Amino acid sequence: MSPTPRHTALDALHRSLGATMTDFAGWDMPLRYGSERDEHNAVRTRAGLFDLSHMGEITVTGPQAVDLLNYALVGNIGSVGTGRARYTMICQADGGILDDLIVYRLQDQEFMVVANAGNAQVVLDALTERAPGFDAQVRDDRDAYALIAVQGPESPGILKSVTDADLDGLKYYAGLPGTVAGVPALIARTGYTGEDGFELFVAPEHAEKLWRALTEAGAPAGLVPCGLSCRDTLRLEAGMPLYGHELTTALTPFDAGLGRVVKFDKTTHADDFVGAEALRAAAERAEAAPPRKLVGLVAEGRRVPRAGMSVVADGKVIGEVTSGAPSPTLGKPIAMAYVDAAHAAPGTPGVGVDIRGTHEPYEVVALPFYKRQK
Amino acid sequence: MSNPQQLRYSKEHEWLSATEDGVATVGITEHAANALGDVVFVDLPDVGATVTAGETCGELESTKSVSDLYSPVSGEVVEANQDVVEDPSLVNSAPFTGGWLFKVRVAEEPGDLLSADEYTEFSGS
Repeated sequence: MSPTPRHTALDALHRSLGATMTDFAGWDMPLRYGSERDEHNAVRTRAGLFDLSHMGEITVTGPQAVDLLNYALVGNIGSVGTGRARYTMICQADGGILDDLIVYRLQDQEFMVVANAGNAQVVLDALTERAPGFDAQVRDDRDAYALIAVQGPESPGILKSVTDADLDGLKYYAGLPGTVAGVPALIARTGYTGEDGFELFVAPEHAEKLWRALTEAGAPAGLVPCGLSCRDTLRLEAGMPLYGHELTTALTPFDAGLGRVVKFDKTTHADDFVGAEALRAAAERAEAAPPRKLVGLVAEGRRVPRAGMSVVADGKVIGEVTSGAPSPTLGKPIAMAYVDAAHAAPGTPGVGVDIRGTHEPYEVVALPFYKRQK
Repeated sequence: MSNPQQLRYSKEHEWLSATEDGVATVGITEHAANALGDVVFVDLPDVGATVTAGETCGELESTKSVSDLYSPVSGEVVEANQDVVEDPSLVNSAPFTGGWLFKVRVAEEPGDLLSADEYTEFSGS
């Protein structure tokens, strides 16, 4: 992480919009433009526009690109069709999570791996280290893309007004190249908000034109610019993990309740992908005797749990909060937490969070907190 | 934004009204409210409690963080703003008016508060 934060191609625009900026993983990013609660509600009910250019893109190409990704990642990348995307993870040999990723298959032999900003270098290094022996190339494309997301129930209509691409044919977790507002873009139906929406990968020099076109097209539908603050509460309500909070190198995907992303039946490298042996053991452990489980907590009071606070029952520490925030949709504080399996069942009585010395009562619930009506 | 001339300000970003009949009103500044973001919970001192200038007397919780509330004046709390307890967003929408926090029977007039102009320079807004 450089001491001087990096700026996205939209930096001047954010400042002209009066954004409150924050340092995030070495990038100076919009935290919010006005009220983060209003921005959150706009995404739930109308549409929001996000600059996500801090995300790290890595391109993997070549005749053995599939084999490299099957080997380097935990998912079965061979089963991803051209034009489709997959949520997956990259792990250490001991099964610890290095990052969670979205992999887009752009062409038969071309993949775009999208990593979290804070882990982009780690993922790039790991892929590069794992590549020798494969007829495949790993390319750092972090500077090749700006990423703009339009999210919310109104987003399909807004995007349709500025592109001829076949959005109706574009399924969730699919991506296709197209032209949006006159600029070439990779149009992906993905997001991190729990709503329908799109992520648009474009050349940085086209970012401002695209942003302005979407702002104009979305105005009648109530689209507003949105910062990272509401992105965090949106993903939390949707029960989506955030690296550094729910996911760390100390946890395997099975520990995080995301064992489903690990595939032991891959098209290639099913037995020897990085982490395979440790992850088999982790799968058995999670089945037989899970140490802790990731759960949702909903406050009965109004005080907000924060990452790192202890979850308590009968005066004992039984877990730890990984993310917490006031939920605009539920109107109550919510949290994700790892708790001992004995206390992880929804409705388990007597569970609280130690908020600066006071044990505030919390209800254990299944994740997610919010699921959109389709 | 502009900081009302008739108020006095602390470096912890609270404001204090002029004392009338021995009682002064406390709130947080618009600068502080903007820095916090949407306030979702306020914990105010109880009526009858004694507060001390420069010491914590409550907390303000926003989406991203929790911040201590400092009293800019010493004295006895005579009223806490129940409207703000019910609707903490008043702190954001009307920090200098409807979003006031509590009233104090002033034991001693504080000597080290800033004028509006001094606070504007101090906070940069």
